[in-house]
Amino acid sequence: MAYIIEMLNITKDFPGIRANDDVTLQVEKGAIHALLGENGAGKSTLMSILFGLYKPESGRIMIRGREVKVTDPNVANELGIGMVHQHFKLVHNFTVTENIVLGLEPRKGLTVDIDSASKKVAELSKLYGLAVDPHAKIEDISVGMQQRVEILKMLYRDAEILIFDEPTAVLTPQEIRELIAIMRRLVEEGKTILLITHKLKEIKEVADRCTVLRRGKLIGTVEVKDASEATMAEMMVGREVSFSVDKAEAKPGETVLEIKDLCVKNAKDVLGVKNLSLQLKRGEILGLCGIDGNGQTELIQALTGLAKIESGSVLVRGEDIAKLPVRQRLDRGLGHIPEDRHRHGLVLDFRLDENMVLHSYGKPPFANYGVLNFEAIRENAERLIKEFDVRAGKGPATEARSMSGGNQQKAILAREIDRSPEAFIIAQPTRGLDVGAIEYIHKRIVAERDKGKAILLVSLELDEILDVSDRIAVIYGGEIVGVVDAKETDENELGLMMSGSLRKAV
Amino acid sequence: MADIGAGSKSRKVLVPLAAVALGFVLGSLVILITGRSPLLMFNAIIQGVTGFNIMSGSFNPRHIGELVVQAMPIILTGLCVGFAFRTGLFNIGAEGQLMMGALAATAVALTVRAPAAIHVPLILLAGMVAGGLWGAIPGFLKARFNVHEVVVTIMLNYTALHVNNYTILNVFGSVDRVKTADFPASALLKSPFLAGITNGSRLNWGFIPVALAVLAFWFILEKTSFGYSLRAVGFNKDAAKYAGMKVERNMVLSMIIAGAFAGLAGAVITTGTFSFGRALPAAEGYGFDGIAVALVGMNHAPGILLAGLLFGVLKSAGPLMQSAGIPREIGGIIQASIVMFVAMKLGIERLLILLRGRRAKAAVEGAVAEEAGV
Repeated sequence: MAYIIEMLNITKDFPGIRANDDVTLQVEKGAIHALLGENGAGKSTLMSILFGLYKPESGRIMIRGREVKVTDPNVANELGIGMVHQHFKLVHNFTVTENIVLGLEPRKGLTVDIDSASKKVAELSKLYGLAVDPHAKIEDISVGMQQRVEILKMLYRDAEILIFDEPTAVLTPQEIRELIAIMRRLVEEGKTILLITHKLKEIKEVADRCTVLRRGKLIGTVEVKDASEATMAEMMVGREVSFSVDKAEAKPGETVLEIKDLCVKNAKDVLGVKNLSLQLKRGEILGLCGIDGNGQTELIQALTGLAKIESGSVLVRGEDIAKLPVRQRLDRGLGHIPEDRHRHGLVLDFRLDENMVLHSYGKPPFANYGVLNFEAIRENAERLIKEFDVRAGKGPATEARSMSGGNQQKAILAREIDRSPEAFIIAQPTRGLDVGAIEYIHKRIVAERDKGKAILLVSLELDEILDVSDRIAVIYGGEIVGVVDAKETDENELGLMMSGSLRKAV
Repeated sequence: MADIGAGSKSRKVLVPLAAVALGFVLGSLVILITGRSPLLMFNAIIQGVTGFNIMSGSFNPRHIGELVVQAMPIILTGLCVGFAFRTGLFNIGAEGQLMMGALAATAVALTVRAPAAIHVPLILLAGMVAGGLWGAIPGFLKARFNVHEVVVTIMLNYTALHVNNYTILNVFGSVDRVKTADFPASALLKSPFLAGITNGSRLNWGFIPVALAVLAFWFILEKTSFGYSLRAVGFNKDAAKYAGMKVERNMVLSMIIAGAFAGLAGAVITTGTFSFGRALPAAEGYGFDGIAVALVGMNHAPGILLAGLLFGVLKSAGPLMQSAGIPREIGGIIQASIVMFVAMKLGIERLLILLRGRRAKAAVEGAVAEEAGV
């Protein structure tokens, strides 16, 4: 079979790092080809080269057997290469159709012929089974539908090679199933798909072949049907990976965090959390699961002082902290790994060492009489980098923005664990991370439990909740609909509770 | 991403330098179009900086003094705009904060009787307090009610102008309806000594508080934990809040400090360049110059100092250009195009990368040739 894409011996250097080292990628026409690797393995760099965003130091690119020079994304478009980015590039107050035709608007005289455009969009969406409403505004539709709009954008431009960059990172399990069906349909219609991901399950389910990168180097290309998840994981990480979390029986002690009848308003000014009560004991991990948007964010923000509490109390070791400002809560033993590491967890324009003292910058040894001690700040970062294996090109002086997601998360984890909080609220700790990083972070969370900390783990990943938690609380519509023992429950029971169709006595 | 992220520090310096160079190229082109030699402009600028007129071989230190006099207030308003910007606030109100500083300085100069050693510091302090309070208004409105600071500061510029004029004309008693009576000698920053060594320029002791202000800006923002929290708020309010910083309080404090820099500028102008309080027909443009200075200086203390001196020389060299037959507006054109080129940061970065890429390529080719024994 002929290769539609051949990237031969590609090498790309960034200052201080070789992002791609003699990488070769060959994709057959009409196949779904997965590109697998940890964060920072060089997947995105390789795709950016194919898409004309970066220029490689050496190597050749052949499309349909002809050597090409992809100097910018326009050339890529002309070659029929389209990319569905992880973070969508859509105009939020435009309609679906307007977004799809943007830049290629059909004209009628001086005006945009939106009717014929919507007709073509409707045809395309029917042909490929991509259900969208051509007249809906982007801001009103779900994330899954926004992604379909991105795909339609590519199809409208007659793309034959579609690159999907971590397409499932933002989707619900239901939407992931739909996406997989769409991808199969696209291939049936003769398209070729390049899937960038680190989720082995999805590769196993949908891809034909899989190319694995590790630290910029090509490890190998395998037929997916011949390779197990474990082999691919080992290729990706470079060692055996355990999928289950090793942990001893929990030994819960006295109650550390007690939430009583908590009510919190959400952004729409109605109660997002209603009369919620939970107890968290020393030495246990309480998992909180639920479908996104059922009050998890409001609860986390209310506990940590980022949102106002309407009524109810939050006791940390017996003391009500419900009315205290953020810093005083932290000083009383509360810890917080935020849901959104870019928005809350880090100041991306600060250096790594500055980020490592985000809470403690004003206290000795980092500041004396209000003057910063940069040496102490740097030493602190060096210590944490070593202890938590944070990989950063320029060490403590690395700008947080330039680090990979996994290492950013490790940096936050390091900073928060180092504060040694008694009641630790951990939200979405592994969102978007690869198996190696996930394994590491889970291990550290369990280690904190074993040190006698009380941990509230909030996650949308059901597997994570089931693997790591000792007890599981399910939130639905801002209320706890049940608390179960992690060993005695399964996905089905939790799924029913998450959708509100089953309640268990709390 | 990595291309852009790496070496950001060196580019922070390179971009404004390239913008300045391009500004002068553009200015030279305009002079060429008018049929003159750009060398006359460069001669005037060298004369403005060093006092030497290369073409006639004469030396006049007065030009150096005038350069400093022009640069002092815009360095201060540059610090004012830059300080607020580092906290994520766009302070268009340096002009008004400066006028309130000038008014307070006038009030203390005319009403307090004290020896110069007390009177002058008191006047400068009054200017800073008044500017700071004027800056606190938009800061407070932003923090408390989320009113956009751009709108409030622009409106307060007009308010300040009329408060100043009303008070000067009606409270302190005007001379010819434009100014107050002269200040007592104890209130002045003027120095016969400094004027003497610069051949009668208006150079005065104002450069000392200006230098201290530059140092204070640098020290507060880069060296203190308070400055750390201000910068954190400027980069990412949500993360600052998450970390327990008082975001709203920091915004108000930042505006107060920013206003104090501008207020100091008002006091320095009133008691250094002039010796009386002035009623103004309109804003004098120090606030907008401050925005340009902060922009070109990349909101950092050394950058603002250098950018202020650069724009100062463009102003002070104006009359010199004119006497060489070059329209003095050229200075304005250069200033405007430098600002424009800095605003075109991304384009300039591309240009620099392109230039560097070519040089790197040439180096590689050279190395290959060497290896081949050519």
